[in-house]
Amino acid sequence: MTINTLAKGGLHREQMSCFRKMEKVIVAMQDPDMGMKMRNQRLLITVIPHAMTGQDVITWLIQKYHICEEEALHLGEMLVRYGYIYPLKEPRCLVLRPDESPYRFQTPYFWTSTRWPATELDYAIHLAKKNIRKQGELMEYEKERYSLLHKRINHTWDFVVMQAREQLRASKQRRKADRIVLECQEQAYWLINRPPPGVQNMLDWALERPNNFSTRVPLNSDYYKSEIETSRRALGRNRVKSSICLEGFIKYSEQYQNHDPIMQGCLPSNPWISDDIAYWTMNSEIVPVPTRLRVERWSFRFMELLSDAMGRREFMTYLEKEFSAENLHFWQACEEIRHGESSKIVEKVEDVYKNFLAPGAARWVNIDSKTMDKTLEGIKRPHRFVMDDAQMHIYFLMKKDSYPRYLKSDLYKNMLAKAVVPQETKKSVFPFMRRQRHSSPSPAQASAQAAEEDGRAGTNSAAGSHF
Amino acid sequence: MGEMEQLRKEAESLKDQITAARKAVQDSTLQEAAAGITVVGRIQMKTRKTLRGHLAKIYAMHWSTDSKLCVSASQDGKLIVWDSVTTNKVNAIPLKSSWVMTCAYAPSGNLVACGGLDNMCSIYNLKGKDGNVKVMRELAAHTGYLSCCRFISDTEIITSSGDCTCILWDIETGTQKTVFAGHQGDCMSLAVAPDFKFFISGACDFTAKLWDIREGTCRQTFGGHESDVNAIGFFPNGNAVITGSDDATCKLFDLRADQELITYQDSSIMCGVTSLAPSMSGRLLLAGYDDFNVNIWDMLKAERVGKYMWKLYIPLENGRKVDPAEDSEGSSRVAVGTEH
Repeated sequence: MTINTLAKGGLHREQMSCFRKMEKVIVAMQDPDMGMKMRNQRLLITVIPHAMTGQDVITWLIQKYHICEEEALHLGEMLVRYGYIYPLKEPRCLVLRPDESPYRFQTPYFWTSTRWPATELDYAIHLAKKNIRKQGELMEYEKERYSLLHKRINHTWDFVVMQAREQLRASKQRRKADRIVLECQEQAYWLINRPPPGVQNMLDWALERPNNFSTRVPLNSDYYKSEIETSRRALGRNRVKSSICLEGFIKYSEQYQNHDPIMQGCLPSNPWISDDIAYWTMNSEIVPVPTRLRVERWSFRFMELLSDAMGRREFMTYLEKEFSAENLHFWQACEEIRHGESSKIVEKVEDVYKNFLAPGAARWVNIDSKTMDKTLEGIKRPHRFVMDDAQMHIYFLMKKDSYPRYLKSDLYKNMLAKAVVPQETKKSVFPFMRRQRHSSPSPAQASAQAAEEDGRAGTNSAAGSHF
Repeated sequence: MGEMEQLRKEAESLKDQITAARKAVQDSTLQEAAAGITVVGRIQMKTRKTLRGHLAKIYAMHWSTDSKLCVSASQDGKLIVWDSVTTNKVNAIPLKSSWVMTCAYAPSGNLVACGGLDNMCSIYNLKGKDGNVKVMRELAAHTGYLSCCRFISDTEIITSSGDCTCILWDIETGTQKTVFAGHQGDCMSLAVAPDFKFFISGACDFTAKLWDIREGTCRQTFGGHESDVNAIGFFPNGNAVITGSDDATCKLFDLRADQELITYQDSSIMCGVTSLAPSMSGRLLLAGYDDFNVNIWDMLKAERVGKYMWKLYIPLENGRKVDPAEDSEGSSRVAVGTEH
């Protein structure tokens, strides 16, 4: 999905940019002056030149990029998982060990970005070579894949075998050390491109998006006619000046800045840092005393007041004093029709009519005659939006009339004065006293977990959670 | 053929007139309007929680309105509801189809939904009588993959699909109420307006559309992107649409001015945007990119004020591998450690 970076027929573009970045790091690592110090590593009786230890890699990353050890480990891991560095001992375990374990750079020939996607043919040749060399000592899954390939590309099987034999013959003429290196490189390449079952495929194929949308919609006269109609409507719309719009965003941001936890922090403390959920508890839907910021927000916009359960409650109290509470009751009843179950619509509309709209109704709401007529007509065939116009009328009535007076009232002012401003909790002096949170085990892993846990001791990084 | 050519010319001319009308209201630039406001300092983001448990790529996640619970969908065939504070798993729901691409949490907290290559949206009731989470409805009508779904209430949900349409469903009866057709490419994402009267969708035809839920019509179309629109969201006051695209930019389209007002781009960013979320005040925009980074933008100055590289934790089998910032919204809570 990167722009202007089509790779091999446009596939896997999304990961190309990452590979380019990784390759830059790899090239820097091999720089003769500023790169890593290589040494010879002993593998059984052979000496492998140009190898480095896991610890070397991490140290170099820390120094070069001024990052912490954790991040260097993570970055190094990625380089191993994507095949740019491979381990010499335990080649199947693609992990970066921060110790004396030897690693080597993968040759650019086998870089993921240059040889992608790996073809069936190449894989078949690789397995055939292995088969010939080790005489039927392929791993189980390799055997399965080998026979599958044999069926699938049977027509070129002679070519496969011939190539395999040729490559083996050519490699026999190399020095043993070189041969081992090449085998390691090839094996590392295939571990990434054809991972064994159970191992995550790092190069997994994302969803293909056929983008030839122009062929989906036929560009005929019907299409153009509807385009013309839409455009005519669009041309007629009212457009607000951009200066006013931009001004609107700026004012909104300024007004809400103190209320935005990312900008301003939150009191008493940020639950993500302190593990104390007081901030959320104090701001839950119904509390004995709301926070000051919350009550302040009620004065920003009418919708803020109405969408807050406590705000609505307070407003209702005020309206009752003014003998206009039926407006809010009506508005709430309309909301329930709009968002409630379809099966209850007819019943609810009837209730609303009886209580609010019928002549002599107990809580009659004052709607202009035009809207009333339209609504009454609509009620004959009730649907979810039948009350929209009436609801809008009452909404604006409350917004223009009752709402501003509410904000000036003693009721609101007292609420604001009573409202809580939480104290900022002091950071605890002993950080290690923070509770460790134990995450519940994944249900899919109940049995595998026990075995893995032994092998994983000490590799779980801290975030306060572990199995 | 003469008639069609005439129609085509008329359509073109109308489009040109619209462009001119939009230009006519451009009386200010962002630089001028935002000249006086104070600069936002650099924003540092840190990982605060890591939720481990998925076994394969996580394609989507969505927060609950209580800020503590969230649901994530992974291609290991599971939908997991997390208590993100304790990192406990509240529910682990096995899915019939493992090719899930999206998930959603209902505002009430009672339901979750998911869907993907099965072309269906499955609704699960979290608060069932016997405590088990069961499939409540399977909404099937799309002829393409389900790319996104969002609840309006416990009775209504909107879905967007690779078949270029969006559908409003009645969950109770499991039927489609309205089909929103008009996009000419796969619909990739959608967002519902704060007042629940409109919703916006972004698609592979490089446009974003604003739909009237009640009328079932497209009110406005916003073009300008040079590639697929992957992510979309509303500015908190509901007056603007923010989009993220494969062309490596995010754009802000104002609904009242009917045009793009701001573009968020940087010459060093060359990969697509996969998800985005504005902060509560609308001052900051967090956007997730294909190169595993989350960039934080000052929305009013159109400058980058922070960057976060998503981490892959060892060991991978037990770890949470996050598809590059599919959960940017989540990352603002998980990675940043602050509200919203």
